[in-house]
Amino acid sequence: MVEKEIVNKMKTEEYFVNMGPQHPAAHGVLRLLLTIDGEIIKNVDPDLGYIHRSIEKMCERDSYQQIVHLTDRMDYLSSHINNEAVCLAVEKGLDIEVSDRVKVIRTIISELTRLASHQLWWGVMGMDLGALTTYFYAFRDREYINDIFEETCGARLTMNYNIPGGLMYDIHPNFVNRVKEFLVHFKTKLPEYDRLLTGNVIFQKRTKGVGVLTKEDAISYGATGPVGRGSGFACDVRKKHPYSAYDRVEFKEALFTEGDSLARYKVRIMEMWESMSIIDQLIDNIPEGDIKTPTKAVIKLPKGEFYQRVEAARGELGVYINSTGTKNPYRVKFRSSGFSNLSVLNHITKGAKIADLVATMASFDFVIPDIDR
Amino acid sequence: MSYFSDIYNGIKTLLTGMSVTGGYFIRARKGSITQQYPDNRETLKMFDRFRGEVVMPHDENNEHYCTGCQSCEIACPNGSIEIVWDRQVDPETGKKKKMIDKHIYHLGMCTMCGLCIESCPTDAIVWAQNYENSVYDRKYLTKVLNQPGSKVKAGIED
Repeated sequence: MVEKEIVNKMKTEEYFVNMGPQHPAAHGVLRLLLTIDGEIIKNVDPDLGYIHRSIEKMCERDSYQQIVHLTDRMDYLSSHINNEAVCLAVEKGLDIEVSDRVKVIRTIISELTRLASHQLWWGVMGMDLGALTTYFYAFRDREYINDIFEETCGARLTMNYNIPGGLMYDIHPNFVNRVKEFLVHFKTKLPEYDRLLTGNVIFQKRTKGVGVLTKEDAISYGATGPVGRGSGFACDVRKKHPYSAYDRVEFKEALFTEGDSLARYKVRIMEMWESMSIIDQLIDNIPEGDIKTPTKAVIKLPKGEFYQRVEAARGELGVYINSTGTKNPYRVKFRSSGFSNLSVLNHITKGAKIADLVATMASFDFVIPDIDR
Repeated sequence: MSYFSDIYNGIKTLLTGMSVTGGYFIRARKGSITQQYPDNRETLKMFDRFRGEVVMPHDENNEHYCTGCQSCEIACPNGSIEIVWDRQVDPETGKKKKMIDKHIYHLGMCTMCGLCIESCPTDAIVWAQNYENSVYDRKYLTKVLNQPGSKVKAGIED
């Protein structure tokens, strides 16, 4: 009887905590307004705009060639895929077909970009859960890919290798050998990732059953990429609407139905294997052909609307161009995966602990410039 | 029973992970990709296509290839390149010809997209592979690419 009275007298109050915009456990300048009751999260309210650079508005000022390099700065970890999306949209508008060589090279570099992005995510995921070692292992392997990019494209991160109509220049003579070397290297290292982190009991307890997103919610919130596929939502654009050379390779769509953080983790690990198998199929027979289809120096798209979707490392990226027939687009809109995926966060972390929020965010793999643009 | 199996699994996975890290501890330098920068400045060579900064090569007669066509200025997305040009009388033909006075390059604004070098019809500007571009004052980042007293090489037309 006495005990019950004490329990009733325990009053707790909700209070606000600002997580970010500068926080060691947040990726980039994302500010989360947390309403918490002790350790339990009542509400998560993302506050955006800290790295807004008005890329979409700047695109209205630029010519179609100049738009491409701005998309490097959106999701900087899958910069080549963003470039490809814009180029494909412009090529669709111009109604030109790039050569097979361009398609294959674009696909190989896209998959390398995806690998590099997932490697970085793996390192950071471990780091968010308190295992700093993974960070160094991931960056060691990522260095090989960055070297390949630097040799062929000239830059390690913001490559700007695509132009409307093809590629800026041909691949470097060392490219094929380096990619093969990397594949041999990484095929021995990826099982190590599993041994180090996937099976670890602490990692399992932090991720299994945490942040569960059901398939219905994933579809209604528009969650794509590994977040959607971890919930059993088959949304791989490479499979459903093949572009570039994805229609000529065989790969499995990574699909898990649990919907928790561990499922999203497993999707990405499986995607790394699939990316390597895609590169394996293409690297030995890169067809001969022109590296660029000639376009006019000033590209003018015909009047109309053009849309192209690609599968970036974090999900579906859509590029919408509205043209009035001049040398600048009238309106450009990027459908970024990060924005839709972020909207899920409040829904699935309600009632969880703060530490689980960090684990869930790590499995979502946010790139804040992609959300803000 | 699950209490003991949990302990067993915990220790087992811990040792599995530690066998990976322990393996690297024993053969620490094998397969290492770390570079001892800045101690290796003399031997560090960047790749040929590395985008360090835009430069204008001159030959031994202090001549360059730039005709002042302004393609690079138009191609640049953020106005990093400014060309101050003039029409001067060509001593050979006696006709007035477009000549560059100054090819100004703002390194601080450059995003290294490479569109200027793509658009140049005479390959007058190229990428340099230098990688230490930091300076103490912002004004040093504005560079004039053509050397003083230089002129365009004869026979280069746009």
